Amino acid sequence: MQFWIIQGLNSLSLGGLLFLLSSGFSLIFGLMRLANLTHGAFFMLGTYFAATAMRSYEGLNIWVTAIGAGVAVGAIGGLFERLVLTRLKANPLGQVLVTLGMSFIISDACLVLWGGDSIPVPTPQNLQAPTRLFGLVFPTYRLVLVGCAVAAAIILYFLLERTRLGAMIRAGVDDGQMARAVGIPVSNLFTIIFCLGAGIAGAGGVLGGPILSAYPGLDADMLPLALIVVILGGIGSLLGAFVGSFIIGFIYTFGTALFPELAYIILFLPMIVVIAFRPQGLFGRVGA
Amino acid sequence: MKWFAIAVIAASLLLPPFLAGDFYINLASQILIAAIFALSLNLLVGFGGMTSLGHASYLGVAAYISALLTSRYGFGHGSAAVISIAGAVVMAAFFGIIALRATGLGFLMITLALSQVLWGLAYRMSNVTNGDNGIAGLTRPAPFGISLDRPASFYWFVLIVAAFAFLMMAIFVSSAFGSSLKGVRDQPRRMAALGFNPWLIRWITFIYAGFWGGVSGLLYVYYHKYIHPTSLSTTSSAEALLGVIAGGSGTLGGPIVGAAVVLLIKNYASAYVERWNMLLGLVFLFIVLVMPAGIVPGVSRLTATMRRSPQ
Amino acid sequence: MTISRRQFVKGVTGAGIASIATPNFVLAQGGEPIRIGLLAAKTGPLASGGIDMDLALTMFLKERDNTLAGRKVELIVADTAGVPATARTKAQELVEKNNVNCMIGPLAAFEALAIADYLTEKEIPTLGVAAAEDMTQRHPSPWFVRLTSTSAQCAYPLAEYSAKELKYQKIVTIADDFAYGHEMCAGFQRAFEDNGGKIIQKIFTPLATPDYGSYVAQVKPADAIFLGTAGSNGFRFLRQFIEYGLKDKMAVIGGMTALDESVLRNMGDEALGILTTSWYSAELDNPLNKVFATGFRKQFKYDPGYYAAGTYVSGEVLETALKSTKGNVEDKKALMAAIRGNNAQTVRGLIKFDEFGNVIGNVYIRKVTKSDGRLVNSVIKTYPDVTQFWTYDKTAFLKNPVYSRDYPPAKNLEQ
Repeated sequence: MQFWIIQGLNSLSLGGLLFLLSSGFSLIFGLMRLANLTHGAFFMLGTYFAATAMRSYEGLNIWVTAIGAGVAVGAIGGLFERLVLTRLKANPLGQVLVTLGMSFIISDACLVLWGGDSIPVPTPQNLQAPTRLFGLVFPTYRLVLVGCAVAAAIILYFLLERTRLGAMIRAGVDDGQMARAVGIPVSNLFTIIFCLGAGIAGAGGVLGGPILSAYPGLDADMLPLALIVVILGGIGSLLGAFVGSFIIGFIYTFGTALFPELAYIILFLPMIVVIAFRPQGLFGRVGA
Repeated sequence: MKWFAIAVIAASLLLPPFLAGDFYINLASQILIAAIFALSLNLLVGFGGMTSLGHASYLGVAAYISALLTSRYGFGHGSAAVISIAGAVVMAAFFGIIALRATGLGFLMITLALSQVLWGLAYRMSNVTNGDNGIAGLTRPAPFGISLDRPASFYWFVLIVAAFAFLMMAIFVSSAFGSSLKGVRDQPRRMAALGFNPWLIRWITFIYAGFWGGVSGLLYVYYHKYIHPTSLSTTSSAEALLGVIAGGSGTLGGPIVGAAVVLLIKNYASAYVERWNMLLGLVFLFIVLVMPAGIVPGVSRLTATMRRSPQ
Repeated sequence: MTISRRQFVKGVTGAGIASIATPNFVLAQGGEPIRIGLLAAKTGPLASGGIDMDLALTMFLKERDNTLAGRKVELIVADTAGVPATARTKAQELVEKNNVNCMIGPLAAFEALAIADYLTEKEIPTLGVAAAEDMTQRHPSPWFVRLTSTSAQCAYPLAEYSAKELKYQKIVTIADDFAYGHEMCAGFQRAFEDNGGKIIQKIFTPLATPDYGSYVAQVKPADAIFLGTAGSNGFRFLRQFIEYGLKDKMAVIGGMTALDESVLRNMGDEALGILTTSWYSAELDNPLNKVFATGFRKQFKYDPGYYAAGTYVSGEVLETALKSTKGNVEDKKALMAAIRGNNAQTVRGLIKFDEFGNVIGNVYIRKVTKSDGRLVNSVIKTYPDVTQFWTYDKTAFLKNPVYSRDYPPAKNLEQ
């Protein structure tokens, strides 16, 4: 019984982490039709940022760090989008080349700046004591992470569906020409979307830091996970990314525990199965 | 102008064994092997419009089958080669059926996922594949009794195979089937309306690309005399894809140039530039900003403008 | 592909020299420097170790004014990126382009296996750091020596210590799911069970595991958990292990790379008290190590660990050999014989090589303590002259298959 509860909680926290990772990617891909393969590197930048900031300043608040990292990485993303990506609107292959190239640059820069060691991100002081429930011990921070994911989902939903900015973004995505015709600055909005996506990645990197630690190769480990969640959940659907994150969280956690021989492929099987039967993903729009 | 270009290309292909030391001859062999691999991927990416991130599967499958058959089961190189290529083709046919259910990013992800599954199996099934120790102590074939152990002999062998591969792929692309493939890439619905079967055309291309991927896998394992699961990894596929895009995906020469650039930076420039990963990224950024269609189309546009402007 | 004139000349010269099979006594001994090639993974996931290897060896040579046995030394460093195909290409580059007389490294077992037949064919004396067992057991090469440890060599003493002195009866092992992890856990299991203990669970985590939470939850109650991990994965697992409160219930012990100095420097007080085993510790109290560790710490601001010591000891072994051949590297056979035959006094103690090229030396049981405000691996017990075969009969050992995930079979696993 204990096994099921703990692994269930593990699944939830992994799902939360995956959502924080993949929501930015889903946003950019859903709205801009751009597969941002630099996403893992943006996430890693956030983790390294947290590692340095929180170890240099004892007791630095993780939420503040997350916002700081979000702004910093968002700014880097914005520059990248303005200077490079805007020229590649109709060139998907060029986008692949440039986003991967940028990820090489960022990951090598991280190696130069932080060296090859794994650097841990300290868990916030007030969340270090484990939670005891049902006679079990479970790290409190992991539960908080689930809360963060839910909060992020709600904020993004409100931003996109209930604000003027969100309406303009959706208009620009659905019919760019018409939107421009009524005076909506579409290309500026695309920059904003990219900044937002990159910023969420950076903030996610901070929040995931206590669990993952910053190490070279984090970007390459995280990017496939983001891709899997978004494909499984459906392109263009934030709800899909949310649900997909938790589905993967559960399948991965229980799968590796119950079927260790399948550990390498358990991550990919659900995605392959879903695409084989429903190519647009669980919540994706057909033809999206 | 054209003859000059051809002469330069012929010279750079034929001269290395006479002019350069073993290290450079070996580098040239590696470039040719990477070029065949990139060309095969380009059939999918450039001419078929299907961006695949799992092409290393076919290289790896052929390499592993050849390695196992020759080192563990006593097969001769000839029969091992045939079985290895057959294995790569079967894998391509099977993967194609699954991957072609999706397009765009979904297709990319499925090819990535399938190649990761293979990679995982290569690690996990260590009693068969020797896991992460890889399979060492392999030998090179000796066609017609000629040993390929010296770098120069191996280079000629690879050059002949590469020339043949290039020719076969050029014929494929310029044939009627090639035209229908490009049609399916650009206007799948119109092609279907005209009575073509887009799925079948894509699938056949997938298999053909897998075939040549397998050929490059054989050359790869002959060259290195060692195979390891990293050859099946996403990094391996990604490097080939980047080479194809950087060189120019819509052309036949592009993948060769792109593969050469990536390989030279990885294996040659890395001796002089410690931050060669960053250099690779910067080169890609530069290429995309200055020559968005790739190096080969960019350069030919440049020479065309130079020729046109009165000097 | 264009070739510059300098490359042309070098290439032709290289081709000319390479085609001469016999040792080249024609090369002037006084004029030519000794060329050492270092294969280190300076980028990629193994970068931490590779960077340390470079730093330590460069420091070693600089301390000696780049001169060994009276001859100038040139060090050429090649980045293998932790990929076997690249390691092989770089080995070729070092041999064919840079004409190295000997090689140090590589770091990873699969890199070493990828170049083994090449360095045997080209007869390049190689001082390896990688731990793969079979390189010095069933497939030894006369041109390869290894002065660090096989995967299991350091695990045996800790297994005996855990059973006899710590009186542990049930242990869980966890390691990365690749040969190094399999071999280390297999060796630990064998020695531990021979001393009356039981390994009740063996967990192997896949290489690219995003989150160790689910593995932590699988750990069965036992006296201790043995970490057969390397690099960042073990450290990340350990953090999760502690966060789930398991360190209060089970002791933690580890192999030679689990709590290496390079990992320890980023950890906090949660690591205190953990016992590990290794062939080196920055706290070793011999005159050579005092110079090395202090110098390294002064220059780079952290303690040297497995990888830094690995190349430094390689340098020391090479220097001892060169002193006995009076600086001659051109006679490769003599150099190799000198490397294998001389007992070298190094920062890890006095070491010798067995007939397979593997080191016989001290293994140290260490405990994490605090010294000068930082975490260190204090030595609490020394096992002298440990060989790769431990107390087992060599012939019988070699008749058995190489250690793997399933060999020796674990008979005491709890379901």
